[in-house]
Amino acid sequence: MTTGLVTTAYLVSGILFVLSLGGLSKQESARKGNLYGILGMALAIIATFVQLSLDPEGVINFQFLAPLMIGGAVIGTILAKRVEMTSMPELVAILHSFVGAAAVLVGLSTFLDPANALMTGSEKLIHEIEILLGVFIGGVTFTGSVIAFGKLRGSLSGKPLLLPGRHMLNLGMLGAAIWFGSQFLEQGHADPDRTILLTDPAGISLLIVMGISFVLGVHLILAIGGADMPVVVSMLNSYSGWAAAAAGFMLKNDLLIITGALVGSSGAILSYIMCKAMNRSLANVIFGGFGTRSGSSPGAGSEVEGTITETTADEVAEELKEAKEVMIVPGYGMAVAQAQHVVKDITETLRTKDVNVRFAIHPVAGRLPGHMNVLLAEANVPYDIVFEMDEINADLPEVDVLLVVGANDIVNPSALEDSSSPIAGMPVIEAWNAKYVVALKRSMAAGYSGVENPLYFKDNTDMLFGDAKDTLSAVFAKLG
Amino acid sequence: MNVSIPKETDPSEKRVAISPDNVAAFAKLGYDVRVEAGAGESANFPDSTYEKAGAAIVSDTTEIWSQADLLLKLNPPTMEEASMIREGATLISFAYPARNEDLLKALGEKKINFLGMDCVPRISRAQSMDALSSMANVAGYRAVVEASHRFGRFFTGQITAAGKVPPAKILIIGAGVAGLAAIGAARNMGAIVRAFDTRPAVKEEVKSLGGEFLELDFEEDGAGSGGYAKVMSKEFIEAEMKLFAEQAEEVDVIITTAMIPGKKSPVLITEDMVKSMKRGSVIVDLAAEGGGNCELTEPGEAKVVHGVNILGYTDLPSRLPTQSSRLYGNNLFKLVNLLGTADEFSIDQEDEVVRGALVLDEGKLSWPPPKMEVSQQPAKPKEEPAPVTEEKEADGPSIFSPGMMLGLLALILLALGWKGESEFLDQLTVFVLACFVGYMVVWNVSPSLHTPLMSVTNAISGIILIGGMLFVTGAEPWADTKSILAGVAIFLATINVAGGFLVTHRMLKMFRKE
Repeated sequence: MTTGLVTTAYLVSGILFVLSLGGLSKQESARKGNLYGILGMALAIIATFVQLSLDPEGVINFQFLAPLMIGGAVIGTILAKRVEMTSMPELVAILHSFVGAAAVLVGLSTFLDPANALMTGSEKLIHEIEILLGVFIGGVTFTGSVIAFGKLRGSLSGKPLLLPGRHMLNLGMLGAAIWFGSQFLEQGHADPDRTILLTDPAGISLLIVMGISFVLGVHLILAIGGADMPVVVSMLNSYSGWAAAAAGFMLKNDLLIITGALVGSSGAILSYIMCKAMNRSLANVIFGGFGTRSGSSPGAGSEVEGTITETTADEVAEELKEAKEVMIVPGYGMAVAQAQHVVKDITETLRTKDVNVRFAIHPVAGRLPGHMNVLLAEANVPYDIVFEMDEINADLPEVDVLLVVGANDIVNPSALEDSSSPIAGMPVIEAWNAKYVVALKRSMAAGYSGVENPLYFKDNTDMLFGDAKDTLSAVFAKLG
Repeated sequence: MNVSIPKETDPSEKRVAISPDNVAAFAKLGYDVRVEAGAGESANFPDSTYEKAGAAIVSDTTEIWSQADLLLKLNPPTMEEASMIREGATLISFAYPARNEDLLKALGEKKINFLGMDCVPRISRAQSMDALSSMANVAGYRAVVEASHRFGRFFTGQITAAGKVPPAKILIIGAGVAGLAAIGAARNMGAIVRAFDTRPAVKEEVKSLGGEFLELDFEEDGAGSGGYAKVMSKEFIEAEMKLFAEQAEEVDVIITTAMIPGKKSPVLITEDMVKSMKRGSVIVDLAAEGGGNCELTEPGEAKVVHGVNILGYTDLPSRLPTQSSRLYGNNLFKLVNLLGTADEFSIDQEDEVVRGALVLDEGKLSWPPPKMEVSQQPAKPKEEPAPVTEEKEADGPSIFSPGMMLGLLALILLALGWKGESEFLDQLTVFVLACFVGYMVVWNVSPSLHTPLMSVTNAISGIILIGGMLFVTGAEPWADTKSILAGVAIFLATINVAGGFLVTHRMLKMFRKE
């Protein structure tokens, strides 16, 4: 009866997780969604304790578990409280790596579990394949996320590392992993007690597979450039889900399978949305490097005609004072310059003067899906004046002044006008349709894609060079 | 190297080549700015304002001309002025090379570099130097003001205690820069504005300014090169004249702007049409300089014929001297900026803008420049390539396509079913169903919540901690490799659970609605 209760608890917990993701679909229900998630998690942990206590052989060792769980909870709390909203991508990435590492460790523990000795035949085979997969996916997630974390923090260069023959290298690693995996399946356990890992031939094979997965994770993510990070992070999000699901298969635990599948498909959809927003296939992002597609190289595309006109903070402030409709297009540059607060100050001032200020967000702006929304929310910008690209493009001709704050490729007209451009076909915010555009930029350097941006050369575009926070503060001072 | 601004000598000229605002900009390029005393007086820029901006005031006319390196002017110099210029100097002003042969000869003997502001090619890159457009803009605005000055009624309609006032009706012929400026000004004064142009492409611009675009039942595009309209067929002109005749009876003000560079302006308003207009109506003829679009226009004069005021002023920009000088000064600065700083001043004939504007190259006539085809609105009408559709990888269907994936999945399931591992198949069922549920649920997530979604999934993927918990067994877990490994997994996963949920909570709290 009580085991039935545990199963029911797992089921309820799974439903709560589904409700949690569902709740996040709308702003109004988002907080409730988070609450459902917490409830589901609490229920699952309690149910697991109950399950352990039901096990006649099991002894719940609270002395061992409590410090670990409390310690983890305390560290998690500190991380969550301290993190700057601009560093959210790093936090998300490092949390992915924890799931990956946990999956590897659970895989190894499963391997060492004496209960498995009872298995035979295809059951045993499937179980061992599950262990291999869990360790492998977990390993790739772990090191890949650590590299993504490094890139997002800036401790590693954002430039893609493109080794010669890197596809062959990846394939080779995969082949080696499969070979050692098959060794692992053949070798079986030498030691019936299963207490040792290192001296057991199968254990060594498993560790080698783990090592290969680590190297593969590093190599895969090193080859992807900084601005593709939204895809990478959501892809790793997906991997972390699959790793958890693999652990669920090993442990024959339905809740883990359900949760892992939920997270995995959620991350996969996010990756898909991000790729769509760049008009590239997932394969192109993961294996492509940028601009290596045949026929086009970075910087290709037609010559840009026109001149750059530079403006000053005073003039921008004057234009803003005259405007009735103002649009702000933020990009990663806003996060780097930490300019979201001064952006909000300008927004507030203009709105008190009855200027309709709105924001237009491109799906891949920033380094994390939805990054810009979070930054604006942090700066206390109400979310109902923040719009998605598709909602807002049609309104742009009405806009009197459009400020591009640290964005580049996402407002590049050549994506639509120039079929030879490397970013051709990428949906963009059609900033150039506004009556007057001010692009805030540190320098004239091309964006991540290396493509010249004809927007800056348009007659209705002026450039305001400098750190976005400084220049916008100057604009704000003149507005008052 | 100095930049010298002589006083304009034409008595009707009130403008000056640059405004005090430009002085600092020139200084930034390394030029010493010299301004003749009183040059800006009539444009309301007294000498003191130039001096304050950093310019030197030169009171002797001969001195300013003879010591100038780079002369900036509005009107082409008179023969007398030309004789004062130092040999080899550079001069930028309006040039009108077609009707100033003698002047060009005189300047040519002195090996002068002469750039004509009216010769700047009308391409998009050179728009900021297009003085003709700047001046046309001013003229269009002023034309409305002059018309309103002569017109005996309001432009705007009103309903007052003393009765209803109908709005004035204005016809604007030619929606170029001047025409559009006139439309804008007249609309702002409240008039009903109708506009006609042979180029259908300008219809949108007319509408965007609030004007009504008159159309003929006639298919012919009048877009020519260099931003002007081309000459139309005879049939078209007849249809057009009929339209004007109808409109003339109805409207109160006609502003015509149809100019053909270097040629006589076409007659669009005949004496009969003028006769049919109401008494007190006004015609402003912006094409007066080329003879006028109205048969009765007398260039430079205002007169009343058949009770209709016909204004043929040719100095409209000069009637707004402060504004015109500012705009012209900015145009000049952009052109000089193109030529380089004081240290690196050079006339680069490779540059099509410079080449186009260059009338005399060290005294040699280089006008007209070699032909180049330009259209004022490149890429705007229909040429715009259709948005590039998604570029499918040419090399066959991707292995990531949903069809392939589903097929593969079905195959695996079939293989497993064959093997008949029922427990595993149960788990697989759960897994696949959960994938679909996740797929359905997550598609609805608002993009603005993608970051919280990721952090929540971060937290719930910490569920792996229960996997770890299942392995911590025995009374002394610290002595057991398996339990230690599992313990570390628990530790890491708890960080995820706590961190993920809390940071999501923190983020969601920030999102606020008004």
